[in-house]
Amino acid sequence: MSCHLLVASIVSHYRSSEPTTTDKSHVRKGLKRATAAEGKVGSMKMHPVVSRAFAIAAAAAVTSAMTLTTASAQAWEPAKPVTFVIPAGTGGGADQMARFIQGVITKNNLMKQPMIVVNKAGGAGAEGFLEVKKGNADPHTIIITLSNLFTTPLATGVPFSWKDMTPVAMLALDQFVLWVNSESPHKTAKEFITAIKDGADKTSKMGGTGSKQEDQIITVAMERVTAPKKMTYVPYAGGGAVATQLVGKHVDSTVNNPIEAVSQWKAGALRPLCIFDDKRSTYTEKVTKDQAWSDIPTCKESGVDVQYQMLRGIFMSPGVKPEQVAYYVDLFKKVMATPEWKKFMEDGAFNQTFMVGDDFKKWVETNAKTHYDLMKEANFLAPGQ
Amino acid sequence: MPKARDKCRPRIIGGMPVEEISSLMQGFAIALTPYNLMLMFIGILLGVIIGVLPGLGGANGVAILLPLTFTMPPTSAIIMLSCIYWGALFGGAITSILFNIPGEPWSVATTFDGHPMAQKGRADEALTAAFTSSFVGALVAVILITFLAPLVAKFALKFGPAEFFAVFFLTFASFIGMGKGTPFKVIASMCLGFALGAVGLDKMTGTLRMTFGHEELLSGFDFLIAVIGLFGIGEILLSMESGLKFSGSHAKLQFNAVLLTWKKLPRYWATSVRSCIIGCWMGITPGGATPASFMSYGLAKRFSKNGANFGKGEIEGVIAPETAAHAAGTSALLPMLALGIPGSPTAAVLLGGLMIWGLQPGPMLFVEQKDFVWGLIASMYLGNIVGLIVVLTCVPLFAAILRVPFSIIAPVILVICAIGAFTVHNSMFDVWLMMMFGVMGYLFQKLGYPLPPLVLAIVLGDKAEEGFRQALLGSQGSIAVFWSNPLVATIMGLGVLLLLMPVFSWFKERNAVGKTASANS
Repeated sequence: MSCHLLVASIVSHYRSSEPTTTDKSHVRKGLKRATAAEGKVGSMKMHPVVSRAFAIAAAAAVTSAMTLTTASAQAWEPAKPVTFVIPAGTGGGADQMARFIQGVITKNNLMKQPMIVVNKAGGAGAEGFLEVKKGNADPHTIIITLSNLFTTPLATGVPFSWKDMTPVAMLALDQFVLWVNSESPHKTAKEFITAIKDGADKTSKMGGTGSKQEDQIITVAMERVTAPKKMTYVPYAGGGAVATQLVGKHVDSTVNNPIEAVSQWKAGALRPLCIFDDKRSTYTEKVTKDQAWSDIPTCKESGVDVQYQMLRGIFMSPGVKPEQVAYYVDLFKKVMATPEWKKFMEDGAFNQTFMVGDDFKKWVETNAKTHYDLMKEANFLAPGQ
Repeated sequence: MPKARDKCRPRIIGGMPVEEISSLMQGFAIALTPYNLMLMFIGILLGVIIGVLPGLGGANGVAILLPLTFTMPPTSAIIMLSCIYWGALFGGAITSILFNIPGEPWSVATTFDGHPMAQKGRADEALTAAFTSSFVGALVAVILITFLAPLVAKFALKFGPAEFFAVFFLTFASFIGMGKGTPFKVIASMCLGFALGAVGLDKMTGTLRMTFGHEELLSGFDFLIAVIGLFGIGEILLSMESGLKFSGSHAKLQFNAVLLTWKKLPRYWATSVRSCIIGCWMGITPGGATPASFMSYGLAKRFSKNGANFGKGEIEGVIAPETAAHAAGTSALLPMLALGIPGSPTAAVLLGGLMIWGLQPGPMLFVEQKDFVWGLIASMYLGNIVGLIVVLTCVPLFAAILRVPFSIIAPVILVICAIGAFTVHNSMFDVWLMMMFGVMGYLFQKLGYPLPPLVLAIVLGDKAEEGFRQALLGSQGSIAVFWSNPLVATIMGLGVLLLLMPVFSWFKERNAVGKTASANS
């Protein structure tokens, strides 16, 4: 690694934001922006003079871009750096996965153009989703999802839904595990639930990531089993912090994703009680001295009939072309074939389900409905949803 | 595996340093290859550049450069990335002192006295003091990491929501009554900061607050944009009013400025020690570098003999925040390595890097990846020394920037500020916001309202609120949770004491005035 290389890459990073004539998407964006700016008086996006200049340049570029398109209609490839949006903050599960994918792609040269990862976490991820929604057929932006794809619009009322984007692929499903501190007297999920039922109302503290998101949804679903007793849900900023709070005994339980808690489990600080899936994990290699992921019973078999998994999927802007979607599907297939990916899946005990096309769309549709019902039941819907 | 764990046990209990020293020496052997040394220099240089550009920031810088390191061996990669981090920590001080623009949140407190020093033509002195203090703070923190890592990491686990709130409360309390004006102006300024900090998503209920349907406000007011505007743009507006020149431009260039300043520094050992303690403690807990720098500045002002001169260009006002920020920034890596909790945004990005290299951060890292951990710790020593040399040799160069005429440099600063604000979310809206904050900063200065409490409240307000509400949720609404154990009770007690100190001194003064008045009559 030389200094030269470093500098070159930084330069290319900045250069990427300049419009070039061969660059379709930029041109299209430019055109759209130009018209938008002229349409709205006082729009802060662009000065009229600049926008007109932009429009002329764009019009000229479109013609040249068109000729290019006809030449290479079949196999599409990114013509500029691809932006990978994470609708969550740094350090969380989605962030880890996206940065990991970026690493695998770079390391194995799977894409000619560089990939830039950006966190757009504002408004529980709404910032990122809105950007992709407005991207308008931009083939150089992809977004990774977590459950906030469903929960954020319902809880905040920010206007977007999965239907505003193009589904690309489901990479995996992230599991949820019920964890307690290893010094807790509860050895099984049943004992844990019984203790809540026998104890005073709201004294058991459940730590989780965010509010009105997946962790709290699971908590509410568990309260069906503990009824009439309830738990107290305490929201934290991120999964790592939640696991640490459980190690420090500031909460009584968590529903951390495996990857967030595995290290503490290995160190003997946490104990898994059950996994929120309909069947046990398929990973049989020992994680601790005597336990593997597959040794954790499902919550259902422990008498807590709650199932929940989180989508780790990829979406694009609305209106992208099928061959552009196909390119990314192919890219992610290549990522999944790497040994690094396999190890990552095993470390995080992911449910490896890969879906594309109509199957994926159908899955998302069903899950959107499930989330709506769960959130309605929990009274988490924003007014008007 | 069980064998390895047994081997590590005596270290946790007994704390015998022999094993650490041999591991550290091994770490030096790993870090001291020509290739790694070269990466260190490149990392520091890139880091300084990143630190100087406001808005880019250490976390973004590391994130952008992270992919370049994937092809390197993990130890070399982390050496380079952590050097970028040190470089950014050093670099943040440069623009704070020269142009009153803090590149990073923890450099804000450095502007309070650093910039007035530069205006008086003592930029070289301020820079030397800042760099040297940074080095001292980082060094103390690294020594702490070397010998006490597993033991100290356990302390971080004691921190629940109530303890976090107590720390933030202590930081706020150390600021009340330290402004130049009345405490009421401080409180007014702080409250405005809380209000601005509350915009965006309410993390406790998952609903939006005060966004009034504007999508731009979804993520609230970003601290960096507020700071670039309030300080950077505000300062330019003030300079324009006072006649288009930098007051520091008449500074003579002294090439032995470093040595002259070094002669003065030992005098302030007490401030240094106090700041190191605050910094290490805040880094580990993990309160972070920003509250550490503010708290350290607040306490230095209170306990220093020259406290009254703080804000007018007192060298101690540069030493205190810089030492604490670096001690905290460095020791923030400790919870990351030992527990897998990032103590800072940059640490969070580094954490992502660890995963890509196939390393699982957390309690087992010290046992399973000894080479990597000790290589990293050794590089902290070396990286900071390299960093100090690099930045100190550039002191006359940086100071000379102030000799450039204002009419040339002001537009350059404006452009850099705008780029910085734009980079935060890649949005033009933020640039307008920055200008708005600039006007606000100017008005604040004119009306005698202090800016630091406002900034402090924007940065830490939502975190303090989070801790407060989490604690109350857990205690079923009982406020007694803030006195429920010795740790949180002590921190809260200290906070209340600091909060009441201005009241005490006010009474004392009034009594004294009353007595002299009655004696005269």
